[in-house]
Amino acid sequence: MSSRGVARTFAGWGRTTSSISLSARARDEDELAELIRAAPARGVSSRGLGRSYGDAAQNGGGLVIEPFRPDAEPVLTGDVVTVSAGASLGSLLETVVPRGLLPPVLPGTRQVSVGGAIAADVHGKNHHVDGSLGRWVERIVLIDGLGERREVTPAGDPDTFWATVGGMGLTGVVTEATLRLLPIETSYLRVRARRVRDFDALLSAMRDSKPARYQVAWVDAFARGRSILEDGEPARRRELPDGVARHPLECQPRTRIVAPSLAMSPLRPRVVRAFNAAWWRRADDGERVVPLSRFFHPLDGVGEWHRLYGRRGFLQYQIAVPDGAEQVLERFVTTLPDAGLTPYLVVLKRFGPGDDGLLSFPRPGWTIAADFPSGDPALARALDEMDELTASVGGRVYLAKDSRLRPDVLTRMYPELPRWQKIRAELDPLGRFQSDLDRRLSMR
Amino acid sequence: MTNNGTRRPQRVVLLGGASEIGLALVSALDLPPGAAVVLAGRSDERLAAAAASLPSNLDARRVWFDASTPEKHGAFFDELFTDQVDVLIAAFGVLPRQTEAEQEPMRAVDSLAVNLSGQVSALLHAANHMRRQGHGDLVVFSSIAAVRGRRANYVYGAAKAGLDAFACGLADALRGSGVHVLVVRPGFVRGRMTQGMKAAPFSTTSAKVAAATATALRGRRAVVWAPSSLRFVAFAMRLTPRGVWRRLRF
Repeated sequence: MSSRGVARTFAGWGRTTSSISLSARARDEDELAELIRAAPARGVSSRGLGRSYGDAAQNGGGLVIEPFRPDAEPVLTGDVVTVSAGASLGSLLETVVPRGLLPPVLPGTRQVSVGGAIAADVHGKNHHVDGSLGRWVERIVLIDGLGERREVTPAGDPDTFWATVGGMGLTGVVTEATLRLLPIETSYLRVRARRVRDFDALLSAMRDSKPARYQVAWVDAFARGRSILEDGEPARRRELPDGVARHPLECQPRTRIVAPSLAMSPLRPRVVRAFNAAWWRRADDGERVVPLSRFFHPLDGVGEWHRLYGRRGFLQYQIAVPDGAEQVLERFVTTLPDAGLTPYLVVLKRFGPGDDGLLSFPRPGWTIAADFPSGDPALARALDEMDELTASVGGRVYLAKDSRLRPDVLTRMYPELPRWQKIRAELDPLGRFQSDLDRRLSMR
Repeated sequence: MTNNGTRRPQRVVLLGGASEIGLALVSALDLPPGAAVVLAGRSDERLAAAAASLPSNLDARRVWFDASTPEKHGAFFDELFTDQVDVLIAAFGVLPRQTEAEQEPMRAVDSLAVNLSGQVSALLHAANHMRRQGHGDLVVFSSIAAVRGRRANYVYGAAKAGLDAFACGLADALRGSGVHVLVVRPGFVRGRMTQGMKAAPFSTTSAKVAAATATALRGRRAVVWAPSSLRFVAFAMRLTPRGVWRRLRF
């Protein structure tokens, strides 16, 4: 029998809304099915590495299933890998990169589980070229609400597949996935950084010039949207500097320091403003060759960095809006700072066409993510307004980051919700899969 | 308030649904539009008036609840907690006229049935349900009267002293369960309950108590005095020699 019945406090990465549940681990799919069939009244939720910022991977008063077989070795056949859902993208990188392959979609941290990445249909800095993760998933194994094992492919059972990809873990527990990988010559990128003096210039730079395969802008909301725009292309072998050319596929991501647990946050507007300004001055408008982990996962260099926001935690607000709705983006560097609600970190990216995920976040246009320290009551009202504005231009909030959206707004942002609900009810007729996010947003 | 990243609750229950302080607190919580507010009390007429006084973008509902019949509380709370409750405010209570209570002891007993037994029963039921849901805030209204029994209102004071001790113990018992208890100790609050009474020093209003309580809830504090200077008054009250205390008229 699996271990079960340990009460644990679970919180999202933003640490704003914890809840207590029993936690259990299953050693194989049979044990997992057993846990699901024995679900308590408040249901079961599966959790990966807890990098959802809000309450997606917690289930107050119910059961939380810990990552499934996190240490199982990925199996590589050609450029296709089959990996356990509980494994982290980081461990996958360590296996496949030395063999000249790269997961085509890498979110901002490598500390996410494969299952969680599928549940959120994550995107990377190359969404405008490569789409989100769902496009690269060839097959998943799903344990449904009756404990039945299903092998699901996008062609064989598109309904189940596209309800599960982006489905926030509410259609079942994914135990393994088969992903297509991209061939790479080196584990380095050629990164060109450009300093852009204000937000308007940034928008036109991103709109008008053809982006590289990977593109991201780091925006300083304390300085009216002064930004650093980074474009990255996979480095060819001959482009590597001599020092690293001998180990072109080296993959040694490192966590250099771990942030301490703090009651009070050292991050104050004045500190962040100074830090951002220094960052801007330090940046150079040139091209460099950097290891992929430094480009894709700069924050992973500091372990547990969310602790820097102190006990109150922080809130990340990420929305997608179509082209033509730039006035919504501008609010992050104008209206919000003017109201004393300056986000500490703002990241802007382009989105290409979305996939068929019924609740998948990406839609063509823009996506912007902003980190706010939690605790200011004015922030709640300001973000409610942003929700309304976003919904009115046909945009949406990213559920993997969310901890505060309201149910009525959700239905306007995700028009496919009713269809998703129908498929969900078929996969889980007894309503065993639940989460705090699910209850907060009345998603059933 | 655990259910929203900006610390705004989505479903609030007010026991004593027509209570001025309770309603003021519901307003001070700055609930998101569409949030559910359950007003529980004995008089549907007064609950209806209370519901009408809340902002129209809240989803106000009325349910019958009688604090003085604890044998019915089990069924009441089972029904209430079929959906999760983020904040439960126990704002019901009666203020017996001291002289009447002295002359008719049953009046004193009846007030204790609401102010103490009713509170204990309701809070225990709610705490057990919240423990199962893994999160929640309980707001308990103690009083400055709980600090030291005084001749002008010792029956009320006894109930509040009992409730205060109970709530502090409950808070400790719930530590680590995800459920948080906030004990509010207001001074003399000018309002319906104290109509016709002479205001005591450091008197305050429902709105001020509510604002202080909402802030304390957001910060997950254990105790809040309203006004905050009362904590020093309470300290002085405890130090006052009995002979002097007895002679004080307020």
